[in-house]
Amino acid sequence: MSLPVDAEQALAAFGQCPGWEQRARLLMQWGERLPALREEERCEANRVHGCESQVWLAGELQNGHWQFRVASDARLLRGLLAVLLARVNGLTGAQLAEIDLADWFAQLGLARQLSPSRSNGLNAVLQRMRELAGDAQVP
Amino acid sequence: MSLISPWRADFPGILALDGEGQTYLDSAATAQKPQAMLDALLGYYAGGAANVHRAQHLPGERATRAFESSRDQAARWLNAPDSAQILFTRSATEAFNLLAYGLEHELQAGEQIVISALEHHANLLPWQQLAQRRNLELVVLPLDAAGLIDLEQAAGLIGPRTRVLALSQLSNVLGCWQPLAELLALGKARGALTVVDGAQGVVHGRHDVEALGCDFYVCSSHKLYGPDGVGLLYGRKPALQRLRHWQFGGEMVRVADYQSAEFRAAPLGFEAGTPPIAGVIALGASLDYLAALDAAAVAAHEAALHAQLLAGLRARAGIRLLGAPRVALASFVIEDVHNADLAHLLTEQGIAVRAGHHCAMPLLKSLGLAGAIRVSLGLYNDGADLERFFAALDQALELLR
Ligand SMILES: Cc1ncc(COP(=O)(O)O)c(C=O)c1O
Repeated sequence: MSLPVDAEQALAAFGQCPGWEQRARLLMQWGERLPALREEERCEANRVHGCESQVWLAGELQNGHWQFRVASDARLLRGLLAVLLARVNGLTGAQLAEIDLADWFAQLGLARQLSPSRSNGLNAVLQRMRELAGDAQVP
Repeated sequence: MSLISPWRADFPGILALDGEGQTYLDSAATAQKPQAMLDALLGYYAGGAANVHRAQHLPGERATRAFESSRDQAARWLNAPDSAQILFTRSATEAFNLLAYGLEHELQAGEQIVISALEHHANLLPWQQLAQRRNLELVVLPLDAAGLIDLEQAAGLIGPRTRVLALSQLSNVLGCWQPLAELLALGKARGALTVVDGAQGVVHGRHDVEALGCDFYVCSSHKLYGPDGVGLLYGRKPALQRLRHWQFGGEMVRVADYQSAEFRAAPLGFEAGTPPIAGVIALGASLDYLAALDAAAVAAHEAALHAQLLAGLRARAGIRLLGAPRVALASFVIEDVHNADLAHLLTEQGIAVRAGHHCAMPLLKSLGLAGAIRVSLGLYNDGADLERFFAALDQALELLR
């Protein structure tokens, strides 16, 4: 399975990141690139709880492929979400169920962002993503 | 000249973290432990473990003696008149739950439990749930602008229906001493049982439960440089007699039959199951260690560190302090900067501070905040720890702004 284009880009960019500062700057840049959520999509139903920042996640299946859109008020989290979407958008439900996202973040040098003590919201977003994808699988 | 803690070398944990590039400024969450405590923990296990209050054999006798000697030390530390007034629990949180269940039978629908707006969840949720079980009113005392419980309003809110008054001595978010003498007097005048959450307070200075005059005082070993898994509950004798037993099993029973049983009085009657033996013994070692320190020197060092912390925060633009912290810690937010972003960048730089709601969600909400950053100090912190924190803070702000 080849990587989506955005994911290749993320790997190339983060792979050469020499230190925390560059990584942080890069995350913020990626966060800026996230398309904005429409006002009506920032609704309670899309709200992901379990984060200290406000996070919304909307996802839909288009011809069998997932397209997720997210928003957050925290900038570094936005960056983390951007590199997450770079990896998962366009996957089928089956691919999404199989993918090892911990490994994905590790490849980007961001493994620690997923540690269980983090309340940055990334784990809660992943959880919600799986729920959305899981619900869609149920006939 | 940078502040140097003469006790730092006694704490292998702080040295190890330092060696790893981690600046530990989260002692209000849990403190590092002195070598003496580690020795006691190892000594107990390596010397032969045994259960307490059960066996006649020598190891059991030795463990029981050490365990009970920690109770004596805890009593001395708090100036409780009698060791039997110290109950060991698994945490401060468990001690509050013990109280909320142990006192439940005394409370009738329509009566009040009074707490304050700054309580840690541990001194909020057990009472809130008790209020729901029994149809009681949970009254919340408001704070003034400095983060102190407003005495004037308290005088109006603590009334004849108030049966329990449960208040924090030192907030884990705001870092200021509450006017407990006045507040407890208001409660006592109404015949309420008074409970003090000393989880943070007990770590700074010595406190005298007799002088304080509360019915119950709760604190936690792991914040007091002892092991985790041990909480302490002090009770005045008549207050202890009003508690119903709440957890059952083990040596808390006096006579057991298939259909009925009789239970022991405090403290053993409230220590169901095998207690945290090693932890209690090791807490004794921590208290021994602390008791041998020059208390005035510790207080002076902590005050100097705290002053340095406040001065550094005040010197930076856009920082909003929560309340008016006086000791041990300071919580803050920064204008136009998301906490989560700041926490992320401090973590990247090896600064271990706490970000979030600090187990006081209603307090943060009432301040209009989703979270805050808290820097908290232990007696082993040096001025250099704060200098590293401020350098990291400046770096983070430069990146974010
Ligand atoms: C003010 C206060 N009360 C209670 C607690 C609960 O203590 P423990 O973790 O031992 O249950 C804490 C610690 O988090 C605290 O800061």
